[in-house]
Amino acid sequence: MMTGFTPLAATAGGALIGLASVLLMATLGRVMGATGILAGVFAPSGPRDLDWRLALLAGMMTAPFLWLAATGAMPVIDVPVSRASMVIGGLLVGIGVTFGSGCTSGHGVCGMARLSPRSITATAIFMAFTALTVFVTRHLIGA
Amino acid sequence: MTRLIATYAIGLIFGAGIVLSGMANPAKVLNFFDFAGTWDPSLLLVMVTALAVTFAGYRLVLRRPGPMFETGFALPSGTRIDRPLVLGSATFGVGWGLSGFCPGGLLPVISTFRGEVLWFTAAMLAGIAIARLARRSLTLGLAQAT
Repeated sequence: MMTGFTPLAATAGGALIGLASVLLMATLGRVMGATGILAGVFAPSGPRDLDWRLALLAGMMTAPFLWLAATGAMPVIDVPVSRASMVIGGLLVGIGVTFGSGCTSGHGVCGMARLSPRSITATAIFMAFTALTVFVTRHLIGA
Repeated sequence: MTRLIATYAIGLIFGAGIVLSGMANPAKVLNFFDFAGTWDPSLLLVMVTALAVTFAGYRLVLRRPGPMFETGFALPSGTRIDRPLVLGSATFGVGWGLSGFCPGGLLPVISTFRGEVLWFTAAMLAGIAIARLARRSLTLGLAQAT
């Protein structure tokens, strides 16, 4: 399935992701890492550690409806893989980000912005393994 | 209350960025990684721009004595490149490559209640639970061994 190059939307979207990361640090002093924010919901250190996570998640989940109001349609979510790939992929993502202490937002954006050696290493590894997995599933197995 | 309203607004900005950028669209994400096929370079711009804005913004923010609503910055302090970091990141990469969803791309669109989104979400939460249990028993095992 082809998708078109969307440089303006990609740049503007990336700027908003960066802006949100900066604002979360400026207000709550927290890293905008999806993994850490979500994991903390299930093991908060107290009520003051839970409320902001829920508010942040509620804000995130309002975005598709803001999109609907602005464009008249829900965001495009095309899933070009099988349900088995989604379920196995989901399991591996959950296990991986827990042991790896972060994902694209936490390591790839916030950690890299702090020049953290752990985040730079993690990002290089997961980007390489993602590309490798796509190559194997699309060109070796799926070809 | 101001603290929670501000946090909600920050979540909305993040979610809007994710949706606008295409990070919540597995077809687009997987095409970015498909250099040998239907390559779509959009995500390179997403990551570079997000990183550049955060890099510049953090430099301004972290110079301040502390955040607006808390007493200090909660920054990850670990520096050791250990086995969990390396193996966990590799595992995450395989999962991202199979599905096209990373946690940040997923969270804002859970509210669409799309079937594939919910399947992925359930599996990811199960993965997080499994990993937490495994990590706890590993730690317990080490504690008993010493």
